[in-house]
Amino acid sequence: MPLIEKGEIVADLYVRVADDEPLPEGVAVLIGIDRFLNEAEALKGRQAPVGVIWPNNRPIAEIAPHLGQLSLIALNFPSFRDGRAYSQARLLRERLGWTGPLRAIGNVLRDQFLLMERSGFDQIDAVKPADAAAFDEAVQAYTVFYQPATDARPSLLRQRLGRTLAGVRS
Amino acid sequence: MYAYDEFDRAFLAERVAEFRDQVGRRLSGALSEDEFKPLRLMNGVYLQLHAYMLRIAIPYGTLNAAQLRRMAHVARVYDRGYGHFTTRQNIQFNWIKLEELPEAMASLAEVGVHGIQTSGNCIRNVTTDQWAAATPEECDDPRIWAEILRQYSTLHPEFTYLPRKFKIAITAAGHDRAAIKVHDVGLRLHRNEAGELGFEVLVGGGLGRTPFVGKSIRPFLPARELLSYIEAIMRVYNQYGRRDNIYKARIKILVHEIGAEEFSKAVEAEWAAIRDGALHLTDEAIAEIRDRFIYPSFETLENEPAALTEALKDSRFATWHRNSVQAHKVPGYSIVTISLKPVGAPPGDATADQMEVVADLAERYGFSEIRVGHEQNLCLPHVAQKDLPALWAALEAAGLATPNVNLVNDIIACPGLDYCALANARAIPVAQEIAKRFADLDRARGVGRLHINISGCINACGHHHVGHIGILGVEKNGQEFYQITLGGRADEHAQLGTLLGPAVSYEQVPGLVEDVVDTYMELRAGPHELFIDTVARLGVEPFKERVYAAH
Amino acid sequence: MAAPQQQKLKVNGPVAVTANRLTDGAVVWRTKAGGWSVELVDAAIVTTADAALALLAEAGKRDLDAVGPYVAPVTVDDQGTIGPGNLRERIRVAGPTFELPH
Repeated sequence: MPLIEKGEIVADLYVRVADDEPLPEGVAVLIGIDRFLNEAEALKGRQAPVGVIWPNNRPIAEIAPHLGQLSLIALNFPSFRDGRAYSQARLLRERLGWTGPLRAIGNVLRDQFLLMERSGFDQIDAVKPADAAAFDEAVQAYTVFYQPATDARPSLLRQRLGRTLAGVRS
Repeated sequence: MYAYDEFDRAFLAERVAEFRDQVGRRLSGALSEDEFKPLRLMNGVYLQLHAYMLRIAIPYGTLNAAQLRRMAHVARVYDRGYGHFTTRQNIQFNWIKLEELPEAMASLAEVGVHGIQTSGNCIRNVTTDQWAAATPEECDDPRIWAEILRQYSTLHPEFTYLPRKFKIAITAAGHDRAAIKVHDVGLRLHRNEAGELGFEVLVGGGLGRTPFVGKSIRPFLPARELLSYIEAIMRVYNQYGRRDNIYKARIKILVHEIGAEEFSKAVEAEWAAIRDGALHLTDEAIAEIRDRFIYPSFETLENEPAALTEALKDSRFATWHRNSVQAHKVPGYSIVTISLKPVGAPPGDATADQMEVVADLAERYGFSEIRVGHEQNLCLPHVAQKDLPALWAALEAAGLATPNVNLVNDIIACPGLDYCALANARAIPVAQEIAKRFADLDRARGVGRLHINISGCINACGHHHVGHIGILGVEKNGQEFYQITLGGRADEHAQLGTLLGPAVSYEQVPGLVEDVVDTYMELRAGPHELFIDTVARLGVEPFKERVYAAH
Repeated sequence: MAAPQQQKLKVNGPVAVTANRLTDGAVVWRTKAGGWSVELVDAAIVTTADAALALLAEAGKRDLDAVGPYVAPVTVDDQGTIGPGNLRERIRVAGPTFELPH
């Protein structure tokens, strides 16, 4: 599962820890929502970065009080055909002001990379190595974008409408 | 016509290149069928019983002559010389090869035509009134707003993998020809008391397994707020629409389960957060889109010119004129419907030759514009009345002047089991047999306005729930059976039909329909009471008694 | 004739495995040799659910030649001639049941 960040394949510094496993000391961990919420207080004292996998079926607005203690948010694609995480990602970026790393995990495939980027993901945990290798090609397949989204690509609507979305990065 | 600019053309070329690459990866094995299927569907490519099928969008039902001619070319080169106009302002080619699809798409893209988002769980081709910008009834050209939505929804990063497909229809006329009440979102464009343009917004309508008439969640949305409000609806649906059961995934189920009021509240809350953002449409933005619609330079003409009055002495021309020609907003012009329902032919099919004839006639008599309506007929929206006799003669010669628009054999039918991988029963031959029973068009005219809709399965592509007579094919023990409903309608008074009685066999359907029609003829209050009004007045019981007594 | 891919497998007579060819969508039948043929006469015919499932499993191992394999009923007459076993399969073999536009 190669991890892509800003177009480069990078090492994943986060260790995924299941709810019933002990948390390793001194390393960045990516944990599930139940553990995160149950141990929120204890986690505040932790010296290493904490990331959470926020589930599709929980309103993303509920993450707001916890953003300060998170170093990574991962959103899941149980199937590439399940698009809930796109809305969650946009809300995180545009409504809740999350500027930290936002990772797409699960059934993450090449033909959705561009949609993910446009929705605010900046880390993509690709299922297939060949897809990861084709990342640039995939996200550069288009030069024309009709609608404004979370990314900085100029959209025809934005050009035509001449306004900038509040809270959009760049 | 909306004129594509360099951005639109670049986008289409990029889309074709992307699909060509995806087909290549599929053929090489880099993509599995499960991974490829949603990608091809979002380009309008289905795998049906006999072959791949390509569904091409006719955005808001508007085509120019060059585009229709290119469709004829695709039909001839890549298919079997004909195409099928659908109930959602699309055309389908039934015999296309996957290997050749990128070529066919590239050819279509050259004239600004594509199959993007004609399938898949995304925002589909936005449909509207085929008489847009021609009918005197409307308050604005609804296609402006359909085009704004087309642009907004095209490859939308957030809404490409919705729980299920999403269909939007717009009407700007009092008489709804776009069936907005049976769409996921229906938009009724009108002016408020202050004269401002805006939409009544309906959600949760739809046919299929669980039919609903849409519910109004906002009586007046200022037109410039269209996109932010639609985005709010889409965002609520994308997050909370059901994904556990494909049959419960449409927005209508969400609206039904939480109630229109709760749904509306969620939309309003989301909308409040985004309405002043980037999707707010400025007057300049709207004008920019509006300016790219090219309207005909109408001549100053009189209504009912001498050439027309003279031609009306020919009873055959006069019959066609009464049936297929409608009032235009500009004096001296008419709207002409071209029936694709010659008696005994597959409803909505046109050969490549016929497409070229219509393209030629549109160029000669109709400012190069062709329209497609959900009734599966074509339309020339702007024809000078003095040209009607010559147009009729040319249509007649091409087998395109059957004067049966809105009559009992102007039947709407899905492809059914003869083509479709989802179907349970045939639809086209049922339509053909019914049409033949009324081959005497004098008899059909005596019956008057009567819409028959046939679907070959519960997915309801033939919109049977809203047919004045609805016919649904089902399967029982390996045999085709058909359920009949009466009293459905798709217009501004939209309602779902009522089941007449037990399903009947394939062979029994035409006779049963004849009995229903005969019963109507006996029971109607007079020749001016339409079939649908007689059913509304009497209910289905008197029909049921007569029809089932006879069978 | 509900989409056969979704049906539970009940075998009450001769059946074959059919699919559509990936490249052009043509109707194809699984052969005894483990390939695909556009001719129904070449189809491997089995008569039990177990044999049908085995044939189907083999056919589904590779999705590059044919798409959406499923078990379809066939008829075999006294002379051993194979025919499609229901209306859907008759239409797949012979095409639409009405005259096509031309």
